[in-house]
Amino acid sequence: MNHASFAARLASRLACILLIATCARLAPSQETKPPRVRVGSKSYTESVILGEMLTLLASAAGARAEHRAELGGTQIAYSSLKKGEIDAYPEYTGTLTMEILGDQQVQTDEDIAAALARNGIKMSRRLGFNNSYALGMRRALADELKIAKISDLKQHPGSNARSGAARSRLKFGFSDEFMNREDGWPGLSVAYGLSDYARGLDHNLAYAGIRSGTIHVTDVYTTDPEIAAYEMKPLEDDLRYFPQYDCVLLYRADLDQRAPQVVANWLRLEGAIDEPTMIKLNARSRIDRVFEGRVAGEFLNGTLGMKVTIPPDDRWRRVLVNLAINTRQHLMLVCVSLLAAIVVAVPLGILAYRLPPARQLILGGVGILQTLPSMAVLMFLLPLLGLGAWPTIAALFLYSLLPIVRNTFAGLNEIPANLRESATVLGLGPRARLWLVELPMASRSILSGIKTAAVINVGTATIGGLIGAGGYGQPIITGTRLNDITIIMQGAIPAALMALAVQGLFELAERFVVPKGLRIAAGKST
Amino acid sequence: MIELKKVSKSFGSTQVLQPTNLRLTPGETTVLIGPSGCGKSTILRLMIGLIEPDDGEVLFDGTPLTPANVKLIRREIGYVIQDGGLFPHLSAQDNVGLLARYLGWEKPRVVARVEEMADLTRLPREALARYPSQLSGGQRQRLGIMRALMLDPAVILLDEPMGALDPLVRFDLQEDLRKIFVSLKKTVCIVTHDMGEAGFFGDRVILLGSGRIVQQGKLDDLIRSPADDFVRRFINAQRLPTVETQGVL
Ligand SMILES: Nc1ncnc2c1ncn2[C@@H]1O[C@H](COP(=O)(O)OP(=O)(O)OP(=O)(O)O)[C@@H](O)[C@H]1O
Ligand SMILES: [Mg+2]
Repeated sequence: MNHASFAARLASRLACILLIATCARLAPSQETKPPRVRVGSKSYTESVILGEMLTLLASAAGARAEHRAELGGTQIAYSSLKKGEIDAYPEYTGTLTMEILGDQQVQTDEDIAAALARNGIKMSRRLGFNNSYALGMRRALADELKIAKISDLKQHPGSNARSGAARSRLKFGFSDEFMNREDGWPGLSVAYGLSDYARGLDHNLAYAGIRSGTIHVTDVYTTDPEIAAYEMKPLEDDLRYFPQYDCVLLYRADLDQRAPQVVANWLRLEGAIDEPTMIKLNARSRIDRVFEGRVAGEFLNGTLGMKVTIPPDDRWRRVLVNLAINTRQHLMLVCVSLLAAIVVAVPLGILAYRLPPARQLILGGVGILQTLPSMAVLMFLLPLLGLGAWPTIAALFLYSLLPIVRNTFAGLNEIPANLRESATVLGLGPRARLWLVELPMASRSILSGIKTAAVINVGTATIGGLIGAGGYGQPIITGTRLNDITIIMQGAIPAALMALAVQGLFELAERFVVPKGLRIAAGKST
Repeated sequence: MIELKKVSKSFGSTQVLQPTNLRLTPGETTVLIGPSGCGKSTILRLMIGLIEPDDGEVLFDGTPLTPANVKLIRREIGYVIQDGGLFPHLSAQDNVGLLARYLGWEKPRVVARVEEMADLTRLPREALARYPSQLSGGQRQRLGIMRALMLDPAVILLDEPMGALDPLVRFDLQEDLRKIFVSLKKTVCIVTHDMGEAGFFGDRVILLGSGRIVQQGKLDDLIRSPADDFVRRFINAQRLPTVETQGVL
């Protein structure tokens, strides 16, 4: 679950450029009693369950605890912690060394702790489970063939699809991502000398294949609830090929003074959760559909012998709250960039119309802007504007210029010469001609340019998810990374609906903005 | 009044107007006629400052037209272009009242004046609320004239105002316009191809040929004593309808 997909790796690289430039802003420490503690979690079950545990433990220590669940991916969670928007969240050692501190060559836990300390962050000891890649088989089959570790697979060569599968041979089927990652099957097969044919397939299909027996070996995450649900056995990585993704807690160092009781409570989780336990907790939530708060509370009361009150089920509320937050952020990205673009692009379009020498420069310039790939624009803007909403707004602004400038110019330019003359001979000055005649006559074209820009913006704003700008892009990016279609839908569906709504809104606006006479004339000519 | 003094105009290498003197007589109607492309519209456009002369001066009440004063002078001239030049986004009455509103007239005063103009040009009042695309060609032409008359300018320039009108409408409109010009004592310059129209309106007719004035005076004078062969041919080229009387009824 914590393995970076392409997008996430790209995002992490972007973030690394920035994190250096972004200075840590310390949270205003409001010394009140009881202390206020904010816990964060990333957008997947395991992280949310652990986040719920931290929240319950903090409450039990007398703090006013709040869980900011499903913040998104690593970038957002970590930068929120650094900025002090949250006080703690669960993370993995592999993610720390490869993603968060990827540019600092950290190896040992001491290295990690030292690097984190520079940002005012502390790391707990390991909680006891490793959420990493593994190869898995049905337990019954593995036991029958006496396979316990990956090396054992060499005794049972995989099938060769072209020569027809012999019955005794094992069939390998891996998720597409695992098939394509350098550190996935290509590297693993070399490391273990498994030169077998393997097929790539969708992650969810792989589990179905395991159950039906059409494939025998697949890639799993070591804490996947499916391991329990499909009675699978993760094979031991005896050559230590896969990196370790041991779960740890990250928390802000100032908590040691601010809420020592809370920290003490949290550290009770150290070494308290092993892989089978985490698998069970994930299964309770993902397969039995028990909400994360109850799963966390029951664990604390059962295993740690605590007496926390089980919180009410707020899953739906959380989805709605996130939807509301994402909608607000998305609207903000779209509206701010669009308004800025209107303010700049309409005058530019007018200038291109009134000032023929500047025409090529203006129209050509905004045309070139449009051809730049959005990732390149973001890359360029990130060092200038930092992480978050502003570079996204700036990119959207740049992309909005072309349709508005072009349509403003075209709308003005297609006004028949005799009407322009007609306004002149009336004795109207240039400014009056613009406001009373030219702009109203070009209004339909200008409005349709703005509409195009707005609809494109609603879609393009989702790239903001890559750099922590929030909005509908965040669930899309997170869901893509986790290969979880339901999370993707939480961004994709509202984004599509918003695009439709924007379209409808502009069609409505046309009735108010475009003068009636033009609409009548257009109706006659079509 | 408007006066051209040794005004000449070329577009690129072709001289459209040779150095020409021309003065509109106050309170009278001057008609410009001549073959297509001889420079009639060019003269009107020079008069209202849409184009600037290469040489010579255009004077309005003795003052030379300059980029600085041309806007204000235009407001004292009514100009009617061929198809009316109406703005499609404005209703008929807003087209007519546009400049008055811009100059800060109160709405009731604008409405009253627009209605007065409608009566004068015999445009049905219910047409005032419609948009140009909902009006007939003749109605649009009337609107163009109403707009030119709106601020009661002393000078009115009309470039083929009767083009594309059916004979009945044209006949009525000619009648109406002449009444307006005469009764209000306007200084008028009207461009036409039609000899009958020229005679009907013109206190003075100016015949142009390839960028210069060939002959001017009363139409009768032009017909009775044409200055040269060109004038004779131009006048005789007008065809009257021949009526077949036999066999009718
Ligand atoms: N902007 C311009 N550029 C170049 N040539 C022009 C321009 N305007 C007019 N001309 C030329 O000047 C000449 C006179 O044009 P003008 O419009 O004055 O003719 P006109 O007498 O009004 O003709 P018509 O009776 O057909 O309207 C024509 O040959 C025309 O092609
Ligand atoms: Mg002409």
